[in-house]
Amino acid sequence: MSPVIVARDLAIGFPPDPPLLESATFEIDRGEIFAVLGGSGCGKSTLLRCLIGLEQPLAGTLLVEGSPPEMKVGKPTYGVSFQHGALLGSLTLEENLALPLTSWTDLPDEAIAPIVRAKLAMVGLDGAAHRLPSEISGGMRKRAAIARALMLEPTLLFLDEPSAGLDPITSAGLDELILTLRRTLGLTVVIVSHELPSIERIVDRSIVLDAQARRIVATGAPKDLAESDEPRVSDFFHRRWRAA
Amino acid sequence: MGHTTTLTTPHSGSAIEPKPAFTIARSDRTLILAGDLTIASGSELWRKLREQLDDAQEPIASIDLTRARSVDGVGASILGSFRSQLATRGVDATVVGANQQVSELLGLFEAGEQPERPRTSFVERVGQRTVELGAGLRNIVAFIGELTVELVGAWRRPRTANWRSTIPLAERAGADAVPIVLLINFLVGLVMAHHSAAKLRQYGASLYVADIVVLSVTRELAPLMTAIILAGRSGAAFTAEIATMKVSEEIDALRAMGFGPVRYLALPRLLALGLVAPLLVVLGDMVGILGGMVMAWVGLEVSPTAFFNEALRALRPFDVIGGLIKSVVFGWAIGVIACQRGFAAKGGAAEVGDKTTSTVVTCLFGIVLLDAVLTILFQVIRSI
Repeated sequence: MSPVIVARDLAIGFPPDPPLLESATFEIDRGEIFAVLGGSGCGKSTLLRCLIGLEQPLAGTLLVEGSPPEMKVGKPTYGVSFQHGALLGSLTLEENLALPLTSWTDLPDEAIAPIVRAKLAMVGLDGAAHRLPSEISGGMRKRAAIARALMLEPTLLFLDEPSAGLDPITSAGLDELILTLRRTLGLTVVIVSHELPSIERIVDRSIVLDAQARRIVATGAPKDLAESDEPRVSDFFHRRWRAA
Repeated sequence: MGHTTTLTTPHSGSAIEPKPAFTIARSDRTLILAGDLTIASGSELWRKLREQLDDAQEPIASIDLTRARSVDGVGASILGSFRSQLATRGVDATVVGANQQVSELLGLFEAGEQPERPRTSFVERVGQRTVELGAGLRNIVAFIGELTVELVGAWRRPRTANWRSTIPLAERAGADAVPIVLLINFLVGLVMAHHSAAKLRQYGASLYVADIVVLSVTRELAPLMTAIILAGRSGAAFTAEIATMKVSEEIDALRAMGFGPVRYLALPRLLALGLVAPLLVVLGDMVGILGGMVMAWVGLEVSPTAFFNEALRALRPFDVIGGLIKSVVFGWAIGVIACQRGFAAKGGAAEVGDKTTSTVVTCLFGIVLLDAVLTILFQVIRSI
């Protein structure tokens, strides 16, 4: 089976500053939960923005579902949940979730309403349909954002820091949801995260980026990486801080 | 055996997109669904299931998904909604033949009861808006009180106010506004003289165009036009800036660091507007009179020297001073309204836009209202 995402000798960054990441090569298989790990400033979020087409790589090859990612007007082929949810503030949760369906499908309004309710129930937001994003907590916003990302039934889902700032119970619930979605819908999930407990629980494979080396310093299953001899990887997994 | 409906190409998206098919069949009290129950065929699936609801045959007792090839979230949601609608008619339709994956999916997308969206009548909305209007006025009065308290506090402990930002703010509100203030006031003076020219020439009183221009510009037009520009530029900018700080918790951070946000953010802005408004009005007076002089020269053949001498004869010091007093009052009013609206923001980006719009509208209303009050007051003072 061909990989969903292929990156070869990828370089990303913002000229004239030095590249954040160089010579990055990795593949993500269909149905895999894949994590991009690393400390602050190593280019995790920039790599995610390249994967979804919001930024262009400086060099190398990047293919998502066989073609270079491009953010264009039209029905998106993948779902994205941003770090702080990025729900539209002037719309209720119900309206936020309905937006992709009303724009990109021919489903009648009376069919969209129960679908939206079902997706809200899926993320445990029953009863919050008529509330504005400003009226709910950060964790609820994140869950609503994941539900919105799934409205068009993508097979590929990108999650930027899905568990950051959540309490352990909500975080565990979100982990369980991601695993269920993979199991029931066959989703491929790409996660950018710092949250080690969550990563170790749900991620199949991950890459670790390093800001100083500007490259991928390790690839593998989180439990294997946790036992790595590579100092930067070991420090990351064992939460050891070293002065620069 | 019941009827069978076979759907070939439920419409979804572009014409070249492959469109999976599904079939619906009835076998006694069992509804048999086969094929792809996905977002691509969602619209048609919804319609066909609705038809089944209205079907006069015996109620459906079970839904057979043995031959369902694929089911996604939309398909599961539509099935869940269909079962809910059957339940409201007293029919508890069980799902049979679903594999473990589909069963789990159906459970995942089972919608709970949602509260109805609260609806308000027209009368209630009018009432709410009236209460909000009253609350808005009360908030502005309360904000003026808070400003006074903070001003006293800043006077006692000057280091607790952010006076250093006053000069950059004055530069943004004042120096950056000079070109537009000059242009608008020049054109207003020009138009004023133009409208007066025809009638004055008719009565052989062309020279008096200088009286009309100089009094209207210094007493009314320059302060008014300058205040409108300040409201549109600086008032809107102040509200947007403070509202953005409010929704991004920067105001809370200031409080947490022990700063009074009103003292730290509003006082420098009020001071800046109070400083630049009269300076801009002085410039506005000069170019407004210049505009009138140009039109008098071109349209009425009144020489600049004659215009200037007549203007000096007509003008009293209080005309200019009154205009400058008005400008300071307008500047402070714009500052108070802009900062109060900014601090009142809550929520997200939409609220920033709402408050900014509200600032401009309220400022324009307030400026005209204050202008009327001050004009009457100055008339009384002149007559004493």
